[in-house]
Amino acid sequence: MSDQETVNSISRKGFLVKLSLSLAALSAVMASIPVLSALLAPLLESANEKWRTVGILTDFPEGTTKLVQFENADPKPYAGVTARSAAWLRHNGKNEFVAFAVNCTHLGCPVRWEDTAQLFMCPCHGGVYYKDGSVAAGPPPKPLTKYEVRVNNNEVQIKTSPLHITNITA
Amino acid sequence: MKHPVPPNAKWSYVFGSATLFCFLLQVITGVALSLLYQPSSDAAYQSLRFITYQAKFGNVLRGIHYFGASAMIILVGIHMIRVYITASFKYPREMNWITGVFLLLFTIFMGFTGQLLRWDSNGVWSSVVAAQQLGRVPLIGTYLARLLIGGDTLGGQSLSRFFAYHVFIIPALIFIFVGFHLYLVIRNGISEPPKSGRPVDPKTYRAWYNKLLKEKGVPFWPDAAWRDIIFSSVLIIIIVALAVIFGAPQLTQAPDPSAVHASPAPDWFMVPFFALFALMPHNIESVAMMLGPLLTVILLLSIPFISNRGERSPLKRPWSMFGVICVVVFVLSFLIVGMHAPWSADFKAKPLPLTVVKQAEKDTMIAAGVHLFYTKGCEYCHQISNYGGLAGPNLTYVGERLNQQEITIRIVNGSTNMPAFGGVLTKDELEKLTQFLSAQKR
Repeated sequence: MSDQETVNSISRKGFLVKLSLSLAALSAVMASIPVLSALLAPLLESANEKWRTVGILTDFPEGTTKLVQFENADPKPYAGVTARSAAWLRHNGKNEFVAFAVNCTHLGCPVRWEDTAQLFMCPCHGGVYYKDGSVAAGPPPKPLTKYEVRVNNNEVQIKTSPLHITNITA
Repeated sequence: MKHPVPPNAKWSYVFGSATLFCFLLQVITGVALSLLYQPSSDAAYQSLRFITYQAKFGNVLRGIHYFGASAMIILVGIHMIRVYITASFKYPREMNWITGVFLLLFTIFMGFTGQLLRWDSNGVWSSVVAAQQLGRVPLIGTYLARLLIGGDTLGGQSLSRFFAYHVFIIPALIFIFVGFHLYLVIRNGISEPPKSGRPVDPKTYRAWYNKLLKEKGVPFWPDAAWRDIIFSSVLIIIIVALAVIFGAPQLTQAPDPSAVHASPAPDWFMVPFFALFALMPHNIESVAMMLGPLLTVILLLSIPFISNRGERSPLKRPWSMFGVICVVVFVLSFLIVGMHAPWSADFKAKPLPLTVVKQAEKDTMIAAGVHLFYTKGCEYCHQISNYGGLAGPNLTYVGERLNQQEITIRIVNGSTNMPAFGGVLTKDELEKLTQFLSAQKR
């Protein structure tokens, strides 16, 4: 091969190498965008929280704590029963309500209300809370998380919320 | 198959291949289950019930997959302990150890996600617990938790995610790492049984090992492999027999996050962690939850770097052996304690019968105290005459330790891990309860 042909051959080869690598990289990036989007979808979407009616005023006598169930904001159509959340709703009197998430602040297990003992008790690691949600005993690092509650036209409503995660700072 | 191996590699060497055959059993039964399972949040539980109660041999199939999973965790542990005891992680097999540590982590993750796929109430609450643990990672904890459950709340997308982890992503990683692990075994050879006074010297080991194989090596098949085949065959027969006799784990309630009367319990291989979280001091918990696994993994991965030469014989490595014994004792102890869960309220405790309490028949105050002992929740945590929970001290003879006034102070003000009941009991109720308790003597 002459020098000119060699130079042409090298530049053609070099161009083809660059072209093939670039196209491979481009195809990988293009394919990976929706893949990464599926993987990271939970961080890219955020639900618009909604007010859910859990009952009417007369359903909740003063001084009682009752379990209420409601649907999460924007559940998937195939969520089935997992679309539900629950809260312990306490009527403190004069239409003042407080709604506690059922999740223990230790590791998220569902707490149950023991009415005669007036305590919330967690079945997992011995966590206990008083009726105002403050920690009575066991490993929970902070009080029960609260949902926003309102009374709207005689209906008691709870605002949906993301699952509250206890961080290392708790 | 004719690849030569050291002549004395005998029964203690079967556990690696047993783990592999167990994994293949899991893949095959997993594929079979996927023919019957509905990986959708609204249908998964129903499909599990179909598999368990209606599909021909469905319960046995689930049982094989469950006992196979348990066998994998046990075998991975035994294999790792055997490798560590014989220091087979030393030169030139360091990478074998490192890939093995990753395989251990993948196996545990598979066990965890597998339980979740039952998608019963245990599965749902286990997901929440895992998310809360991830939440303890500084700065990004909440994001990691949301990534795990696939959104802001548990829901339809959570099961899809766990299904993808359990069926596609982690098995793909396992296949890749097992392939590499096996390639390294063939490349570096099966380690010869260690001998005291014969340390590993990286400069001379390979030549010495090749000489050993040339002079004394036996063909892998059938001289060594027959033990692997027999052990794995017997193992699979035992797994199937267990599945036939005991069936699959019971399904708990439907996966409803609003059904609060659940007592979440992980499968047995996660119970030691469950117990550890219950028993560790509360104020270090968040840090321990985050750093504990991280430091454990770093330590395991660093073992070949700490010591990749020198003596391999367990007789010359007493501290290593002590470490193994400690790990086994700790894990077994936490497992046994976790099975009893003495830190949790016993919600199934039956009311203390009046017939068990001597004075109750004659003394109406004491009889009323017995009734309050149950209705006010004391019995969930305290035992009297074998009735009640284990979370708090046994009160069968509490009257010998504390007088009525001391008992009153304790009940009103609470104590470590005991709530204060002062705001819950009336004066009359307190009097009845403390009279009953202070009368409890031999």
